Amino acid sequence: MCLGVPGLVVEVDELTALVDFWGVRRRVRLDLADEPVVVGDYVLNHVGFVIRRIPSADVQTTLSMYEELVKANTGRGPADLMAADVLGEIEAGGAGRPGRSGALGGAA
Amino acid sequence: MTPLEFRDPVRAKELSAALARVVSEIGRAPVAVMHVCGSHEQAIARFGLRAGFPRGLDVIMGPGCPVCVTDQPEIDEGVALARQGVRLATYGDMLRVPGTAGSLADAQAAGARIDIVYSVAQAVDLARENREEIVFFASGFETTAVATAAVIVAGVPSNFSVLSAHKYIPPVMEIVAEMPGTRVEGFLAAGHAATITGSRVFEPFVERHRLPVVVAGFEPLDILAALVKLTEMIRDGVAEVVNLFPRCVTPDGNRRALDLLWQVFQPIGGRWRGIAHVPNGNLRLRDEWAHVDARQRFHIDVAVLCSRAPSTLARQCICGNIMAGIASPNDCTLFGNACVPDAPVGACMVSSEGTCRIWHEYGGIPELGEPICRFCL
Repeated sequence: MCLGVPGLVVEVDELTALVDFWGVRRRVRLDLADEPVVVGDYVLNHVGFVIRRIPSADVQTTLSMYEELVKANTGRGPADLMAADVLGEIEAGGAGRPGRSGALGGAA
Repeated sequence: MTPLEFRDPVRAKELSAALARVVSEIGRAPVAVMHVCGSHEQAIARFGLRAGFPRGLDVIMGPGCPVCVTDQPEIDEGVALARQGVRLATYGDMLRVPGTAGSLADAQAAGARIDIVYSVAQAVDLARENREEIVFFASGFETTAVATAAVIVAGVPSNFSVLSAHKYIPPVMEIVAEMPGTRVEGFLAAGHAATITGSRVFEPFVERHRLPVVVAGFEPLDILAALVKLTEMIRDGVAEVVNLFPRCVTPDGNRRALDLLWQVFQPIGGRWRGIAHVPNGNLRLRDEWAHVDARQRFHIDVAVLCSRAPSTLARQCICGNIMAGIASPNDCTLFGNACVPDAPVGACMVSSEGTCRIWHEYGGIPELGEPICRFCL
């Protein structure tokens, strides 16, 4: 249940947001978001709750820190190995309905 | 933002080269560091990073799987409640964790009603749609506990209660650091837990034990960069908290989530399976929330379960030593033989975040040869 999943906010209402996780859309709760979330934000989701709005400037900060550790060139990753796992996890969560048994809840 | 930025193979190779250089500059082997997060182990295994680590560096998985460290008596409480006819909802990984006399899955097979949920919010919905009692068997570290706290504060129906097996990570790092025979010289702290607690929560630990801590994310570059920083500090004799996951972690954490967490839970001491009694390591509901505390609402009779002795196999299980970083799955005679994912003996083989399960799935330290990681192949 420790897998935090980043996604793109596509719709927001008072208590929830519709978030796109690599093409899979899920409604998540905003109770734990520590600052206002708007459409277009990236957010970190955990067990159906937004736990962090990810400012794009902070992504750049992280990358710069890595460049400080090693003077790096640019390039692209050829494969998105983790995306499949993450999608599996989200889908295992079902469309907001609890499962009776069988399939893993995917929360862990 | 694209996640691929954090999987860039060129940067990964450079970081790996930097890691090898720093470890060789330390000039002795092995240098042992510990991470305390199942998601770190999953990422290390999925991307094949371990095969590319320098030979002089041991990256040990500590007690970072909340399911694995849930102790037998806690499982027994869930099993006992379910066998008493109370309907449970819980996260999927909890189902097959062995208790004294069987798991929740065994109870389910015997007719107990147990619903698997992805989120505690689904468990609350279940209670809203049904008149009967629903107990949410809650496991997970602070990252997950805040969600439980959020639904409780937002208001739950009167037929909903919580059996808390939530755990709090910072205190167990103290236990591992003080464990006799420990070789751990630095910690990678879990980025998601630190998203909630903030990086400053580790400062007292660093001051007390003079061990460096780096807060790390879960992408390959996050982990490699964090290892470079951690070994740099070991090389230079520096003990500080460094946050290498600033896109999610701030010094003070998520204040709103922390307010909810401590409004609902209080830390108490408790046993972590295989590890030790961990002072302040468990999260129990505060007295003002007794009306949603399943331990207050129900008489949970675990005595009948606890009278049975653990099986011979269970006594051979070394999950505790594995989670303490003293042994690896390969040191266990059961691993891959009597203990496999379909028939787990120890908790570490149950959860997708457990060390044994991950090593069984991915092969521990694959000999990949030249390529530093799978996504570079």
